[in-house]
Amino acid sequence: MTGLRLRVGVFAGIVLVAVAGVVFYLRQVATNEADAATQTPAVPVRDDTASVVAGPHLVFRSTATGAGYGRVAVAPLSAPAGPRAFTPASCDRVHAVRGTAVCLVALRGLATTYQVKILGPQWTAVSERPVPGLPSRARVSPHGTLTATTTFVYGDSYASPGQFSTRTMIGPTGGAEPIDIERFKLVVDGRTVTAADKNVWGVTFVDDDRFYATAASGKTTWLVEGSLSGQRLTALRQDVECPSLSPDRTRVAFKKRGDLPAGRWRLTVLDLTTGQETPLAETRSVDDQAEWLDDSIVVYGLPRDTNGSASSDVWAVPADGTGTPRVLVPDAWSPAIVRGA
Amino acid sequence: MYISVRDSLTGERETPANRVRRRVAGTVVLLGIVSLLTDVSSEMVSAVLPLYLTAEIGIGLLAYGFVDGVYQGVSAFVRILGGYSGDRSRRPKWIAVVGYGVSAASRIAMLAANGMAAITAVVTADRLGKGLRTAPRDALIADTSEPSMLGRSFGVHRALDTLGAAIGPLAAFALLAALPRGYDAIFVVSFAVALVGLAVLVLFVPDRRVGGGTARLGIREVVRTATGPRLRRTLVAAGLLGVLTIGDGFLYLSLQRRDDFTALLFPLLYVGTNVAYLTLAVPMGRLADRVGRARVLVGGHVALLLAYLFAASPFGGLVWTAATLLLLGVFYAASDGVLAALVSRLVPVPARGTGIAAAQTVVVLARFASSLAFGGLWVAVGRHPALLGFAVALAVAIPAAAWLLLGAEGGK
Repeated sequence: MTGLRLRVGVFAGIVLVAVAGVVFYLRQVATNEADAATQTPAVPVRDDTASVVAGPHLVFRSTATGAGYGRVAVAPLSAPAGPRAFTPASCDRVHAVRGTAVCLVALRGLATTYQVKILGPQWTAVSERPVPGLPSRARVSPHGTLTATTTFVYGDSYASPGQFSTRTMIGPTGGAEPIDIERFKLVVDGRTVTAADKNVWGVTFVDDDRFYATAASGKTTWLVEGSLSGQRLTALRQDVECPSLSPDRTRVAFKKRGDLPAGRWRLTVLDLTTGQETPLAETRSVDDQAEWLDDSIVVYGLPRDTNGSASSDVWAVPADGTGTPRVLVPDAWSPAIVRGA
Repeated sequence: MYISVRDSLTGERETPANRVRRRVAGTVVLLGIVSLLTDVSSEMVSAVLPLYLTAEIGIGLLAYGFVDGVYQGVSAFVRILGGYSGDRSRRPKWIAVVGYGVSAASRIAMLAANGMAAITAVVTADRLGKGLRTAPRDALIADTSEPSMLGRSFGVHRALDTLGAAIGPLAAFALLAALPRGYDAIFVVSFAVALVGLAVLVLFVPDRRVGGGTARLGIREVVRTATGPRLRRTLVAAGLLGVLTIGDGFLYLSLQRRDDFTALLFPLLYVGTNVAYLTLAVPMGRLADRVGRARVLVGGHVALLLAYLFAASPFGGLVWTAATLLLLGVFYAASDGVLAALVSRLVPVPARGTGIAAAQTVVVLARFASSLAFGGLWVAVGRHPALLGFAVALAVAIPAAAWLLLGAEGGK
């Protein structure tokens, strides 16, 4: 190779270009973020949060760029895609019933930590608790008395297959100690599963004691019915992940793997009385815990697959396998439906 | 046997006083800086990736983990390919350049990658680059180091490498603290850092033609080297120990199951191990040069055995967790670079890259098998008995491996 002086020169040039490029780029990003912070979001906004919340409404994480990015927003059920009203809360994952919301949030820092917050009627935290790991699922029981949260335990490296683990806690919203339901007895076909790789996630409440959830061990996942008082999980059927109970409590919508490749799922609805499964018209892979808009429509979040955006939309599809999916709320994630007055 | 010219030169100067004074070759430090910058770059991305995937892109980690696992085997294959290509071309530097280049290029692709498949492809490219570059780079380190200082040279390189791995997450989260949505900014900075690292490699690391003779290294010769008695003994020992090496992820999981304190500080467990590794890499390398690489390698596994026992012990809390991390750090400092140093001296110079790659591949595959076995055992009998079971097996394997390794190293 050529002389040292030339090489040092070329190297200095490369470092200069790299540093200048980074500085220029970061400035651009910083300016954009500063602009975005003062800019109104790229979606129509209303400021009457209280009046939206007074009626039937949707609660979701707004992913529209601009001031409200990551904030919890609400929109009336009558016009979900219309103007949204922002709440003061910021959550990565949110679920709500009237007057109570559970919020999972990452506190980014040198060592990122995670918190579960219970939000009161004013969308301010009435209790906070650290959780180990990345926010995954959150649910509040129908009367707002219990909350369930699932986190991916950090360090169960994404790069190490088979080493993941979840932590699912159920606790009273009042702030008392939550219980790790992985410690419950798991019964499959009459036998107790003691495997250490047992994981439980994606709780959906029936009432203040009973719930459905996903349990897994090895490569099998089950729909389990759980009882808090009985400290017990009973497997009902295989290949069900992230169940969500319909308002009339007759069906659950869930992610089904079937013969799809790993990491892909088909939204499916199970009739709890007949045991019949109906694959929904949504053929894209849905990696979310669905929510019911009413007894006939299932809603779920889907990341938007366009370059440069970290956005997502909330979609809706009929629960009987007919029709076609449609966007219910653009620029939204983690939907929860609050019915009644 | 395979004694090169420089062997006899240094043989005359083997006095402790000289050894202390001498420094590692400039090329080793340069390669260390290349690794440092590349690791800053890749750890920046991997530190924020879980957060990016779940909170920003919205896909599940589980989905990602499964797909990612498929590519692990490919990386092991590429490692051998990298080692062999380096030897065959006798220009390991350029094979390493390709490896580092692929990884650097994958950073910029991250900007455009949003779907899960795209992200998986980008991470896979990074991993393939890593597989490709490792063995030829280690061959270069061995080539430019005096044989009596191999352990120290690898120690210096691994220390710099690990320093990069420690800086990466700090840099990423500092950026994220300043720009809360700055994931793209992280990818851009990461690319710039990788580019500078690549420039150091291309511009300053001498393009040595390694190996003697004119004949190109044939497959047959490689096989002969790999199955030769000395390397064979070492590979068997490395495989035996590797099969009983529980992945640190499992050990962290064990610590975490024990107490909630550890669970909340989880991200710091990796930092703790890295700090220990970083501090101990050079001292362990020097120790290896003084008392023998095989001895230090065996000693490292004794530390690993103690780490198992500590993790299995019923006591929780800061002290036991810290002690376990320290032992893990000792293990890494006494094994990774030391094995490369050991193997460098056991194979003929023209097949050095292939020999190092063979040893590293054996270790990777053995540890993969170990993960499956330990995972299965954990499922079948529970965490505590599984840990103790592996501890007992390791306690039996260590003397056997010591016999194999000391025999290989001593049998000149």
